[in-house]
This record gives sequence, C-alpha cells and structure tokens, in this order.
Amino acid sequence: MDIYLLEAVINGILLGGVLALLALGLNLIFGVIDVVWIAYADLVMCGMYVIFWLYADLGWPLPLACLAAIIGVAALGVLVHLLIIAPILGSAPINQLLATGGLLFFLQNFATLLFGTDFRNIGVRLPIIEVGDIYVSSARLLAFAMALVGAVALWLFLRRTYIGTAIRAIAQDRDIVGLMGVDQRHVYLVTSAIGGALAGLAACLLALQYDVHPFVGNTFGPLIFMICVLGGLGDMIGGFVAAFIISQIISIGGYYASTELSYVLAFTLFIVLMFIRPRGILVR
Amino acid sequence: MSARLALDAVSAGYGSFRALFDVSLEVAQGQAVGVIGPNGAGKTTLMRVISGLLPLRGGAMTLDGRAVGGLAAHRMVEQGIAHVPENRRLFPRLTVEDNLRIGAFIPQARKHFAGQLARVYELFPRLKERRDQAAGTLSGGEQQMCAIGRALMSRPKILLMDEPSAGLAPLVVAQVFELVRRIRAEGLTVLIVEQNVQQVLDVVDRAYLLEVGSIRLAGSAAELKGNDFIRKSYMGL
Repeated sequence: MDIYLLEAVINGILLGGVLALLALGLNLIFGVIDVVWIAYADLVMCGMYVIFWLYADLGWPLPLACLAAIIGVAALGVLVHLLIIAPILGSAPINQLLATGGLLFFLQNFATLLFGTDFRNIGVRLPIIEVGDIYVSSARLLAFAMALVGAVALWLFLRRTYIGTAIRAIAQDRDIVGLMGVDQRHVYLVTSAIGGALAGLAACLLALQYDVHPFVGNTFGPLIFMICVLGGLGDMIGGFVAAFIISQIISIGGYYASTELSYVLAFTLFIVLMFIRPRGILVR
Repeated sequence: MSARLALDAVSAGYGSFRALFDVSLEVAQGQAVGVIGPNGAGKTTLMRVISGLLPLRGGAMTLDGRAVGGLAAHRMVEQGIAHVPENRRLFPRLTVEDNLRIGAFIPQARKHFAGQLARVYELFPRLKERRDQAAGTLSGGEQQMCAIGRALMSRPKILLMDEPSAGLAPLVVAQVFELVRRIRAEGLTVLIVEQNVQQVLDVVDRAYLLEVGSIRLAGSAAELKGNDFIRKSYMGL
C-alpha cells in the first residue's frame, strides 16, 4: 500500500475524532432541546481565544488554561440557553435558527472587537512522531485520543447517571418526563452545559493544531452541520460514524487531488446521500 | 375517614375551553377509586390536573391534608403522586430497566432504588426477564406492566391510572385488571380512569361518574353497579 495514502487515511481518522466530538455535542443539544445551535462552531472559537488569552497572554500553564476553556464554554452554553433559547423555546424553528444565527454574528464580531482579525497561535509545537516511514503529528494524535475520552465520558454519563437517563428520555418523549419527577428546565441547563463543555474540549484540541481568528468557526462549522445531517439530526451514533466518513473523504481526497476539491467531493457525496438516505445514514 | 387525595370544586381547561367544572372527589387511604364516563367527559383532563401536567383554574386539591394544587408535574411526583399516562408513554428506545430507573428519578426514590426495583420485578416477573430489552419491543400487556412499574418506582402515596386497558386485546385487558387488583391488595391507594365500566367496577371500592366535565354520580362500586342509569348507559344492560 502506498505509504502516503496510509498517512492520509491515518490523518483522516485523527481529524474525524474532533469532528465526531463536535457532532456529538450538536446532536445532543438538538435531540434534547430540539434547537440547532447555529453558532456552535463559534463557541469553539471562544474557547480557543480563552486558551490563547490565558496561556499566551497571561502565562497560565496550558492544562489549566484548557480546563478554564472547558468550564468557560460550558458556562457560555448555559448562558446561551438562558438568554437566547429559553425565551423562544415554544416559537417556530425558523425563529430559533435566526436567534442562534444572530449569536454567530455577535460572537464573531465581539471577538474581532476584542482581539482584532489577526491569526493568532498559542505557539505550542508538539513533536512529529515517526513510525516506520509514516509521520504522524502528535498534536493530532493527542486530539484524537482526547476526543475519544470525551465521547466515552459522555456515553458513560448518559448511561450511568439519573440525569443522563433523563436526558435520553426527554429526547424520546418530552411531554411526559415531568411525570417522572424530572424538571425539564433543569435537564435543558445540564444539556447546554455539556454541549458547551464538549465545544470547550474541542477548542483545546484545535488550539494545538490551528491558528485562532474570529472566523475560525466558519472553517469547520458547516462541516459539523453536514456531518450531523448525514448521520441523522439527533442521532448521536449516526453523527459519530458520519464524522469519520467525511474526514476520510477530505483526507484521502486531499491526497489524490487538493484539499479544496476534497471539500467539493464531501459536499457532493452529502447531497447524493441526502437523496438516498434523507433521514440519516444509519436509519433503516 | 381521612382522605389521602381530595379535590374540592376543581376546574380546568385548555385555552378558552373549559373541560372540568367544580369537580370534587375523595380517595381514602388504601382505597381504589374509579372514575368512569364517556369519551370526552374530561377523565384524562382530570388526571392531568391531579398530576400537575395541566394547571388548576380553580378549586383546591390536598394530599394527606396538605395543599398541592397548582404544583408543576415534577413537584407532584415529589409529593407522592404517580401517574401512569394514557397509552402508557414508555420511553421506547430505553431499556425496560432504564424506564424503571427514570421512574425513581426523585431523590427520595433514588435511595430506595434497588429495593423498589426488586419489588417491581417480584410483582411483574416478566419485566425482569426483559430488563435489557428496549421498552418499545414489549407487547401491549408488558408495556402496561412496565408503565405501572415505572410509576411505582417513585414509591407513590397514590397511583393514578389513565385508561390502563385502552388499546389492549380482550385477554390482556383481563390481565391488566388483575394487575390493578394485585396492586390494590398491596395496600396502595389507586385512582383509576376507565371506559371499561363493568370491569373497573369489579376492582374498585368506590367510583364517580364524570359527564361533560362534572361529577354526575358517586357511590360505592356495588351501588353504581346496581344503578339503573349506569346499567343502561354504560353497561348495555
């Protein structure tokens, strides 16, 4: 097998981890609260700035800055719910889309105001690992491993705790959970915090690999939405699988042609699959 | 007689539509009480008001003498009211055991989860056999067991059952009423809404007839069974 192709496949898997993590977060929010956080990728951008600010500007230790980013974005998720989603929970989906879409512009412009439009890098260079003739970036490897840890932690939380069971239940029948003694508002807040924390974790993993700028969310935001729709909105396993399919297409396509063309390929496949399996790849 | 649950002149409705007019009823501790009546009489509305899914528009409601009217549904569960909703409404993609687990969501029930789970499994051995199966794959009768078990998990003071026999095959209906009889024999207080008048009057102590949102008749099961109006209109005799 072509060694560079193998490298592309490995990179595709590693890229898929972070995308899968973000798809989990978005699907969780959609499945439980029944809203789409259009500005989800921009919450990641906020987290990247938190790391940049605390680590590069203020000189905090990196792990502490990362922890602060996760907690900070989780709090931001709660604020998004309380200030934007909760007041319009009962209104038409288009209004909710417009509201979280408005948040996207707000966050991007607020970041521009605070930090300018410069590309900034936290300046951490993790070594390249050489296995045989294959070169793998350890930043990507770490990102992949941490994304898996995050996904497993979420899975355990949803399976093993009462509130996690309530979160799964509310996605199946939201009108009746009150009869179980579950306060919907409380579940929505916890879910928003988890969705935010996942975005914060993704921010840590991306900050190690990419520059941060106010519009960095635009580079992977559409990709996450495509992944979620491909997997079936609200279907967490479907989204997880779709993340790896899309990341493979981008990585292998980038190897054979160019990165730009690979995105074209990914979106073309997306459109085709939407015709064949409009409700998600795993739906029978 | 100390009333476990008492409703005093309760009214409720949806928007400008009024579904219940000054409904008063009492359920004594350890009793099984039925509410019968035709479709659209307001039976489900009555259940939804008692469990807090629908706000009280007027009147008062007490549980063991404490005013509970107007509390949200999740607070009613904490007070000791468990509601087995119409059509069972299990969480279809959760396992049987997860459905039971969420029934024990309130803090005071979590502490007794293991013991109460054992009790429910003892009551419904079928559920234990199917504990790891998705609830949506159960048969109608098993789903009703699971829905009742889920309600019991909160260790309620009173169990509300809304049309437990609806949509089930005749043979299964008989089994469901047998379940009600067993739960009642365990000493639990039950308020049950049914269209299956003959069979429900066989398992309850007292019953109320609800028509167009008002209580039309009340009495012991034997009295209602002997009532000419009930016999003619609801039992086809």
